[in-house]
This record gives sequence, C-alpha cells and structure tokens, in this order.
Amino acid sequence: MAIRVYVPADTTAASVGADRVAAAIAAEAEKRGESIELVRNGSRGMFWLEPLVEVETEGERLAYGPVSKSDVPSLFDAGFLDGGTHRLGLGPTAEIPYFKNQQRLTFARVGLIDPLSIPEYEAHGGLSGLRKAIACEPQQIVAQVKASGLRGRGGAAFPTGIKWQTVLDTPADQKYIVCNADEGDSGTFADRMLMEGDPYCLIEGMVIAGLGVGATQGYIYLRSEYPRCWKVLNEAIERAREFGILGPSVLGSGKAFELEVRLGAGSYVCGEETALLESLEGKRGEVRAKPPLPAISGLFGKPTVVNNVITLASIPIILACGPEFYHDYGMGRSRGTLTWQLSGNIKRPGLIERAFGLTLKELLYDYGGGSASGRPLRAVQAGGPLGAYVPAEDFDMPLDYEAFVERGAMIGHGGIVAFDDTVNMLEMARFALEFCAEESCGKCTPCRIGAVRGVEVIDRIKAGTDLEKNVQLLESLCDTMQYGSLCAMGGMTPYPVVSALKHFPEDFGLVGERHRDKR
Amino acid sequence: MLKSCSCGSGQCSSNPLVDLGTPASRRSEMVSLTIDGIPVTVPAGTSVMRAAAEAGAKVPKLCATDQLQAFGSCRLCLVQIEGRRGFPASCTTPVEEGMRVTTHSPRLAELRRNVMELYISDHPLDCLTCTANGNCELQDMAGVVGLREVRYGMAGENHFDAQHAAPIDDSNPYFTFEPAKCIVCSRCVRACEEVQGTFALTIAGRGFDSKVTASAGESFLDSECVSCGACVNVCPTATLSEKSLIQLGQAERVVTTTCAYCGVGCSFHAEVKGQQVVRMVPNKAGGANEGHACVKGRFAWGYATHPDRLKHPMIRKSIHDPWQIVSWDEAFQHAASEIRRIQEKYGRKSVGGITSSRCTNEETWLVQKLIRTAFGNNNVDTCARVCHSPTGYGLKQTLGESAGTQDFLSVEDADVIIVMGANPTDGHPVFASRLKRRLREGAQLIVIDPREIDLVRSPHIEAKYHLPLRPGTNVAMINALAHVIVTEGLVDEEFVANRCEKAAFEEWRNFILRQENSPEHVAEITGVSAELIKAAARLYGSARNGAIYYGLGVTEHSQGSTTVMGIANLAMATGNIGRRGVGVNPLRGQNNVQGSCDMGSYPHELPGYRSVKDDATREQFNRYWQTELDPEPGYRIPHMLNAAVEGIFKGMYIQGEDVAQSDPNTKHVHEALSNLECLIVQDIFFNETCKFAHVIFPGASFLEKDGTFTNAERRISRVRKIMEPLAGLADWEVTMRFARALGVPMDYKHPAEIMQEIAALTPTFAGVTYEKLDRLGSVQWPCNDSAPEGSPVMHVHEFTRGLGKFIVTEFVPTKERTSRKFPLLLTTGRILTQYNVGAQTRRTANNLWHHEDRLEIHPEDAAERGISDGDWVHLASRAGEVKMRAKISERMQPGVVYTTFHFPDSGANVVTTELSDWATSCPEYKVTAVQVTRSGDPLPWQTEYREFSQEQTSLLPGQSSLSKAT
Repeated sequence: MAIRVYVPADTTAASVGADRVAAAIAAEAEKRGESIELVRNGSRGMFWLEPLVEVETEGERLAYGPVSKSDVPSLFDAGFLDGGTHRLGLGPTAEIPYFKNQQRLTFARVGLIDPLSIPEYEAHGGLSGLRKAIACEPQQIVAQVKASGLRGRGGAAFPTGIKWQTVLDTPADQKYIVCNADEGDSGTFADRMLMEGDPYCLIEGMVIAGLGVGATQGYIYLRSEYPRCWKVLNEAIERAREFGILGPSVLGSGKAFELEVRLGAGSYVCGEETALLESLEGKRGEVRAKPPLPAISGLFGKPTVVNNVITLASIPIILACGPEFYHDYGMGRSRGTLTWQLSGNIKRPGLIERAFGLTLKELLYDYGGGSASGRPLRAVQAGGPLGAYVPAEDFDMPLDYEAFVERGAMIGHGGIVAFDDTVNMLEMARFALEFCAEESCGKCTPCRIGAVRGVEVIDRIKAGTDLEKNVQLLESLCDTMQYGSLCAMGGMTPYPVVSALKHFPEDFGLVGERHRDKR
Repeated sequence: MLKSCSCGSGQCSSNPLVDLGTPASRRSEMVSLTIDGIPVTVPAGTSVMRAAAEAGAKVPKLCATDQLQAFGSCRLCLVQIEGRRGFPASCTTPVEEGMRVTTHSPRLAELRRNVMELYISDHPLDCLTCTANGNCELQDMAGVVGLREVRYGMAGENHFDAQHAAPIDDSNPYFTFEPAKCIVCSRCVRACEEVQGTFALTIAGRGFDSKVTASAGESFLDSECVSCGACVNVCPTATLSEKSLIQLGQAERVVTTTCAYCGVGCSFHAEVKGQQVVRMVPNKAGGANEGHACVKGRFAWGYATHPDRLKHPMIRKSIHDPWQIVSWDEAFQHAASEIRRIQEKYGRKSVGGITSSRCTNEETWLVQKLIRTAFGNNNVDTCARVCHSPTGYGLKQTLGESAGTQDFLSVEDADVIIVMGANPTDGHPVFASRLKRRLREGAQLIVIDPREIDLVRSPHIEAKYHLPLRPGTNVAMINALAHVIVTEGLVDEEFVANRCEKAAFEEWRNFILRQENSPEHVAEITGVSAELIKAAARLYGSARNGAIYYGLGVTEHSQGSTTVMGIANLAMATGNIGRRGVGVNPLRGQNNVQGSCDMGSYPHELPGYRSVKDDATREQFNRYWQTELDPEPGYRIPHMLNAAVEGIFKGMYIQGEDVAQSDPNTKHVHEALSNLECLIVQDIFFNETCKFAHVIFPGASFLEKDGTFTNAERRISRVRKIMEPLAGLADWEVTMRFARALGVPMDYKHPAEIMQEIAALTPTFAGVTYEKLDRLGSVQWPCNDSAPEGSPVMHVHEFTRGLGKFIVTEFVPTKERTSRKFPLLLTTGRILTQYNVGAQTRRTANNLWHHEDRLEIHPEDAAERGISDGDWVHLASRAGEVKMRAKISERMQPGVVYTTFHFPDSGANVVTTELSDWATSCPEYKVTAVQVTRSGDPLPWQTEYREFSQEQTSLLPGQSSLSKAT
C-alpha cells in the first residue's frame, strides 16, 4: 500500500513554499520508485512549522517541518516515509504541545483529512450532525443551537440560536442563509483555514441552518483575496451536490438546499452584514440602517441568517454531539471554543482552538512563546483593526466576551496581533483612523469625514501642535464616532485610538502617569 | 420662510412645506408613545422622527425628508430611548408601544453639534453669496444645533477649496450641480431611484471620496437623467439648484397652481417675485403628483414670456394682406360683424368653433356657450375630437360615464397592470414614475404596443409580457384576450351576474367564443403568438387587482371606440371595476381634455354629456341662459373642415388649437382653412393656424389667469393667476367680450362665477366651488350631494348607467392597408421633452434634448432601403409626402415605422389620412401605410409651405421675430 504523505495546500503553507515542497516530494518519490499517496491537506495551524510535512505510519502521523524544497532529498535519505529520524523531525503531530493542548471541536478535521474527500469527511464524523438535523423538526434544530450557547464568531457575539429563531418565526416565501466569509480583520485567518481545510464542515453547517429556519438557498460571500478558498469551495460544492448534500433533496430528506459562492470586491465594510447583503444584491456596498434586522428583512428583503464561517462550521458538532457537549466548554456566557489566531510579533504564530477561559498570557506565552524579536511584548490588538490595544499589564485577563468588554476591548473574530516594546502607539492609533478613512463606505458622516479629520488631528499631535487641545479634540471626535456612527466600522474605530491614548499616553507626547490618571 | 398651509401658521403638519422627515405609514394599527413627555399616537410603522414631528418636536435632520424612505446617514436626528443603549437615529427607528423618547438633552446636543462640525469642516463658508442662502437646510441645522466653531479648522482635506473642488456641472439647461457644496446625503440619488425611478444618479467612490455622479461619470445632460428635477427638489443645500433661482434669488410668495402640459395635471407651488416666476416646485399635497414633476412642468415654462408671445389683437381682410394691430374693442367688433355677415350670407350654421383642451374649464364653458347662444348653433367641437373622443363614447356606452374610473394613487394597489397604446414614461412621466414604483414593489406588467417602449425594460423594471402587435389590430387583440379569459373560466361570474346586464353579457360571451377571436386566429392578424396572448390573458385574468391604462394608441384608430369598449368589457368580465387597484384608465393627452369634454364641447352633447336632443336638458339651459338652443347636433371638426372645402362653412372661432398642424391630412386642412372668410384664432403664439386667420385674439398662458383644469383622473384643480395677461385680457374675458360684441350678454367678474354656473347646470359638478377647491386642494368629480368631497374611484356599488353593458366588439380591419406601393405602417407618438405640436416646448431649452422629429425604422427595413442612421428620407403615403431624418431603432418591429409630431417642419400629419373612428371621427393617426426612401431634395410641398410661412411672417406688423420661420 502506498504511503500517505501530507503536504498542506493551505494558503499560509503555500506562501512559505508548500507547493514547491509537494512537487519535490512527488518527483523525488517517482525518481526513487517509492509508492506514495500525496495528500494536500489543510494546515494544522502551526505556522512557524510550515510547510509541515506529515507521513502516516502505522496509523500515526509523524511531522517534519519547516520543510523546504532542498530538504526533500535528505528526508528521503533519512527514510522519512518510514518515520526515519531527521533534523526536521517533530515526532507525532498529535503530541506537539501547541497542538496537543488544544480543544479542537470546530477544527477537528482541519489538517487531518483530504479537504475535498467526502468519504474521509464522513469517516471523521462529518454529516452525522446533518443526519440528526434531518430527523428533527426545524424548531428542534433551532432549540439545540440555542441550548449550545453558541454566539456569533464574526465579532458581534450575538446568540446564534436567537437569530435563527427570528428567521424561523418570520413567515416568507423564500429565506436565505448567508455565510459571511469576508474575513477582513487584520491578523485573522480562521475562516480561510476552515474553508480550505474542511469545506464540507461549513457546507454542512449551512445546510443544517437552512433546515432549521426553512431556507432553501445559501450564499457564501467570500472575499476576493482568497483565490484558493474560492477554488476549494466551488469544487466542494460541486461534489456535495453530486453526493446529495446539496440539491432538491438533501440526503434524500425531500428538503432542498442550494449553495453558491459569491466574490466580494475588496471592501472591508462589506464584512458588515448589511453592507454585505447590499453587495450580494449587486449594489454598492453600503451599510443599511437597522431595523429592519436582516433576520426579518435581509437579502432581497427576505428573512436571512447572516452568520460567520466559524459560527456555521460549529453547527455540525453541536447537532452531532448535542448542545450540552458544546455548552460544557467555556466560561460564563461564553460557551464552547474559540479559534484564536496569533500573529504579529510572536514566536509561534498560528491557530489555537480552545474553550473560553484561558488567559491572554497563556495564549501569548504558552502557545505563542513570546515575541519573535525576543523583546518584551508591549501590547496586543485583539479583534481586528478596530479592536482595542491591550497593554501587557492586562495580559492576565481571561479570554471571555464579557471580560474583554469590561476592559473596553473586544474579542471580535479572535485575532490577536502582538507588538513588542518598539511599537509607537501613536502610529498605531493613526493607522486605525487611516484604515477607517480608507475603508469607510461613506454613508454616515462621523465615519466619512471623522476618520479623515482624525488622521489630521493625530498628525498635529505628532507634531506637538496645541497638544492638549488636539488631544481633547481627538477624544471628542472618538466620542462622536463611537456614539454617532451608523455601523460598527465608524463606531469601533475609536477603540484602538482611545485605548492607545489611555494606556500609552507617553507615545502621544503626554506626561505619562498624570494623563493616565485623568482618564 | 415661504408659507402655505390651511391654518396659515406655516408650521402645522398639514402644511406641505413642513417636512415630517419620513413617509407616512400606511398601516392601520395605532401605537402610543411619549416624546419628551408628550403622548402621541401614530400608525404602526411610523418613524420616531415623524411621530416627534407630529407631537410638535423638531428633531434636527439632513438626510431625511418625508418624500423618501429613511436612510440614516446624517446622524443629526439621534435621540435617546428609555431602556435602549446608545443613540438611535429617529428616522430609521420605528415607534413601539409605550416607548419613551427624548429628543433634546445636553448629550444629544453635544453629539449633534459635533456631527455638524464635521459637515462644516468640509463645506465652503460662503453662505452670504450662496444660492441657497435663506433656503439651506445645512445652514438651518447649523443654527439649530448651535455650532459656534469648527475646531478642525478649514484647512484639512476637503472638497471645496480651489485645489480640491470639482467643477460645476451646468450642462443641464435648468439646473446646476456644484459638487463643492455636496454633503453626500444621497437624497438626490434616492429621489432618482424612489421617486422618479430612473436610477441615473449614484454615489461613486467610498469614504471621503464618495461623490454624487450622473450615470458613469457623465455630465447631467449626457447622462440618463431625464431632468425631472426630483433631485433638485430634495437637495438640502445649493448643490443642485435651479438656474432661475441662481439668477433671480429667493421668491417672495408662493402661488399654488396646476401644470398646463399633459393630462396628469401636476400641482405646483409657483414661487414668485413680483410677477416673475422664480421656480415651479411640485406640490407635495398635489393629489395627482404628490411632490413629483417632469422636465416639462418643472422647468419648461419659459415659453410664457417668450418674445414670440402674441401681445396685440390683429385683423386683416384676406390672408394675403398684412396684419393690422387694433384695439381689443376693434377686434371684437370686427370679428362680430364678420360672423354676422357670414351668417346672413351663408346661413346660421355656416359658422362654428373649437374649444381648447389647453384652456380652463371656465373658458371652455364660455366658448361653447358663445357658440350655442351667440352663433345660435351646435357647431362646437374640441381638440379632444382628435385624441380621446373614443374614450368618451366607449366608456359612456359600457360603464355609463365618459371618464376613467380611478385616481392615479390607485395604482399602488394594482397587482397586474396592462399598458396598451400608451407610452407613459414620455407622455405621462409623473404617472409613469408611480407605475414604475409599483412595478418595483412586485406588480406585473403587460405592455401591448407595436414598439418596445421604455416600460418594456428599463432599470429595475421589466414587463412580464410585451405583445408587439401590428398597428391597427387592437380590437383583435382585446377580443383574443377576452376569448382566453372566457374559455379558461377566468370570468368573475359573480361580478358579472350582480353588476352587468345579463342579456348583453350572454351575447358578448357567445360572440367572444367565436373561432375568429381565438388566440390562434388572432395571432395571424396581430403577429403576436397565441402562446403569448394566452399567457398575458391568464396573468390579467387571475390577478387579484388588474388595472388597464391606455392612451392614444388605443383611441386614434378607425376602431378606436371599439377598442375602448373592448377594454371595458375585459375589465367587467374579470370584475376589475369599482375599487382601488383596478379599473379602466385613459391617459389623457392634454391638461384639460377631460374638462373640455365635460364642459360640453361636443356638437351633440351639452355639458355633462347630455344630448342636445334631450328637451328637458335643453330646457334647463334655455332657462338659465335665456336663450333657445338648437336641438340639432352640429358639425364635428372633420365635418367643419369638409364643409369648408365644400364652401358652405365660412367662419370659425378657434381657441387654443393648432388644427393646421395637429389635424390629419394637412393638405386637406389647409384647403379648408383657406376657404374660410373669417377665421378667428385665439392663441398665445402665432401658430400654423394663425397663418390662415383673419382675426387674432392674443391668448393668455396658464400663468396669467384664474380657472380650473380637470385631469385624466377627473381631478379638478385650481389654476391661479401669477402675472397679468401679456395682452391685457385672460381668455375667459376675451370670450366674454366677444360674446357681448355679438349681442349676447355675459358678465362674470371672476371665473369663480363661471364655476357657479357650471355647478348649477352640470350634475357631476354640482358640489364644486372655488371655496371647496381652496380648502381641499382639488376634488374629483362626480362631486355632488352624495359625494361632497368628490369620487376618487367610480362605479363602486353600481355603474353610472346602473348595470354595466357588454358590447360586442367585432374586429373590422382598417381600410388603411399596406400595399406594394406603401409597404410599411407608420405610427406616431410623443417624446418626453417635447409636447404635442411643440408650440410651448419648442420655445424652451427642451430643444437641447430633442430638436427635430425623426423617423424610427427597424434596421432590416432600413438596410433594405439603403438607409443609414441620420439619413434624410422621404416618407410618403397616399395623402402626402414629407422629408425627415431617419433613426435606426430596434424598438421598432420590422414593417412599422414611427415618428413624433412636435415640429411643424416635419409635417408628420401631411402623410396621415382622413380615415377616422367610426363612432367619433377621431382620426386614425396611428396607422398609415407608407413608403420610406432615401431622399435628396426637399419636397415640393415643403418648399411651397416654407414660402407660404415666410410670406405670413412678413405680413406681421414689424415683428419678424414673432414667429420663427416655420
């Protein structure tokens, strides 16, 4: 039997040469007459080890990495196909502490299976949630999602089951499931990894959502910057249709569900659900006022579930293992697991799925291993470009929605970007406003004009012009944007600015402690 | 501040100038809440902003207006709601039971001031010299929120200084677009979408780069913009401003009046300075238009003061003599003595007259009264003869009343709409906008028209079925639709049994079931497949509410009246009469077609459509008018013209109709007019007919007189005087003094007194008074004791005639057929920017859009003849020949050509024939067999007529500019 060798096809792995490594392994095997089955899996999420090559021996997966093309002959020489020792050898993948200490529920199959193989998907527990859902009444499906405590993983953390209940309870001739795959937050990649590594999990989640609320059509709104994802999703949808997961009778249930991928056009604000719906309708990606909620009047004016990729991908396991199983993870009102994404100035960047409750410090040091530069970490930005900066003294706070909000921060989509002590926080605050100016849809005034003025005011602060007056003006502007903006884009831009100003006043030319105390 | 409301305060919610922020909710359940402690009860679905306005609280706003759906972008209208986080925008937040809203607090004041500060940081501070000074919502709001400084300074990134400002777009002749003043509230974009339905405007770019753009970055003139002015109307700043406002400054008073163009009858606030109109702003409270307008009514009123206006009465002996300016008295005396001389020589019935669908009800009333009493005969007709007379006849026969059954608003409840032989986006644009809005809401459309009109497919609307029938086959088509409805069990048997004459229905049913009316058979006649006919019939026949709208493409045929009756049959058979959302709706061509017909402008009918042969009716008039009316019907227009050619009809008084241009078979008309011994023309311009006249009474435009117009939905609206008549007399005064010169006493101090007489003598108008019109804005007749405030929908419980009457409508093909010599069919119509014979619109900047009539021809027909786009072509029929330029268009079907008739030069009516409707003599404008060939030289006819026109111009007294050489 051919030996299975896994080389990730994941975008991150490919960016550090995985495709070249895969080709080299195939060529080398042929040259040496070795019979191998090369599987292009998803990434295990340990990016500092990519390209991470795995060999399956006696039911165990042994890891080697990071592998470059030039390492390939020596791997063969070392007999890696039989688990031979090599300087890049990492032992069994499952035993790598970074990986071993995770609680992979949503990401259970990512990196493990051939992403496009439905038999492998099924062999690893896929479709059992959908089969259970088919046997349920819609209200039972929604009730299980509610009971699981799952909250929206896109950032707003709205209880998923309640959203579904609204859609279920709104009568309409047509309802939609829309997956928000416009993963635009800096330092986030969980959606992409899931879609590239286990696309059927998302598809299954969407079908279950459709059955739950009575929707027969789904759309995945995918950012155009994810071309690999686009290919994988389309291929997966086609196979799912052939298999009967999609189509007029889902797995023979007599219930229909169809799915399509639509590409965005490079707008950050289209990750905001109402702007996303506008864009999906073929219009200018501009935020809608709420109400009406999309759950009542969403895509084309019909009741619509808009959920993030990870939210929907968490559904199959909730149905498969029951809501209690999922609910047993986590703390407080934050139930289940979150897929943390570590990046920035960090030694071991990657994806860590863990139940809510561990601390930022554990995440940054136990998993991340501290800064990549070796200098002390000074701050992290959590929750994307509009998330607050958390100073090192707050690293002990637990990773929990409410705990973050208490300290003026947001977990958001779970992206954590680390900075060492060389960072200039005024520049980071300026960047937030610049980003807002660049990405604002232009509909509401605080965001459209405020962001531009914010950059100008920060530049005056940087130049030391009328310092106190301009700092006050910046604070006033942030207040206007936070409370006056139409959507979270303008409403959250002040978070990084205000947190930078609050925690790092010295970077703004202010006398540190005195200013901090004033606040 | 300009004030116009019934209570006079200028502030109440019934004042159309007060903007309540968001549209009224149409829901019926009520919700109670408190706003700043004041309890208020409003319909569910109302916004907090509107509820606050109704409670008397003023919430600042910029992007909101009650003419558009809430948008939520300006963030000035933030409020606090007990129990809710943050500061919701009051425009996008619907009221809820028990809600407690605070609209003013220090925190709200701070937020609003800071938002306004951001606005102003990107806005020029040139208020004193700005067009909108005193009329700028941005300025008002800056004042309201108490903005005192811009802490950001004015030196940041912006759109207004010399370095950044985009150039002013003044390409549109009527308004300018000054991007530097734009606050990107999107009101213009939304108005273009929601109100007008053209989708010509958009916001390009994003964030700070967001900017209003016409089409794909084109100038307004080159873009898809139809210049309706909806964007200008809603612009809160000077960004979109009327050029007249820029030139003249703010008006000092507002006069509410009614547009004098098409049969929609839009209400306008004329903003006036002295006697000068500054701008015409559509009236939000106008029943027909509800704040919308089109390029004609909104902007093309400059003709009223055009140098070509006739200002002096003139007389001459023969049409080859020079004109003499005379006093009004001389003109009246001369005209009267000529009429009397002719009557003595040729008999009492040798004279007659034509009333105008352009003039007021009161003026029309006087003209017919003059003819019946002073001329002593019934030789009175109206220009409606050549447009909607079949409507009057057909609907009277079937339903019992010569009028459309619905108000325009009714279309909001229609589910399936048939548009037949009408092109509303050009001919009735303001109604078309309503219709398109309903289509965007999901109603389905069936277009029955030879051409692919705009409604067939345009942004965000598409007809479910287009039935491109051959011209002249309307009756066959209507019969086939009825055939499907009858054979497929789609007849509303209950309605028919309860509301219609049984025997007539049975006869009709038997007739309609005949094989000749089957879709398969009719497909051969119409060129429309049986399947398409069936599908359309099923759609209409199974609609919850089906409405039919039609125009001159139905009436101007040899079987025009038959088609009208067929339409009425169809509506009755499907039970689509007597409630909102249904009905039979003629789209009237001119502002007062309905009114001129109502006012008894028919040779066989006295006012209110009562026969002159009816002794009791006549007796009523005899008593009131102290006269003895002729019991014999008089001549219709074509009969007058025929009699003139024969030499037995010698004198005419024509008020406001250009028969020489607008009536068919021009050569015949010219021959008739040349035979008259006294032609008296009353018009505002020296039109084509004037060239054959002996007496000219200069007319007054709608801005120069008081009166009323009645639109296509029977809505009687006031026309109010804004300026003194240029020639000194309003048209009603002219007719009155002419009558006196003829020895018949008429003495009215004001048109209100004429309306009293109309109400006294016309049952459907019995309840109409000027006082009521002032109070209600308008009323729809019948307005009488049983409907004191008018009747938006007719035939609700029973038909005017009691039971509805089905009438057998046998298809008889027109005699006008294609032949080897004339292988194509010509049909005619209007374009948006020009109006009818063009006398008004040609004297405005509307010529920028359309400056000549062109012959539209299908590419195949063009290729066969070697014709390219823009080539000069000969258009010949058996009646005559003209030359015009070709426009290759796939909107045409092969075998059919099309032209407009706005320019006298092109002489479209030279080729139309003398064939006419069998019942009403309405000319068959819509079907003429023609040949089209590439042409070189001008035609002898055109050369000859040009010479005649030049001679006529030279005969005018030292005013060569009086008439452009036409």
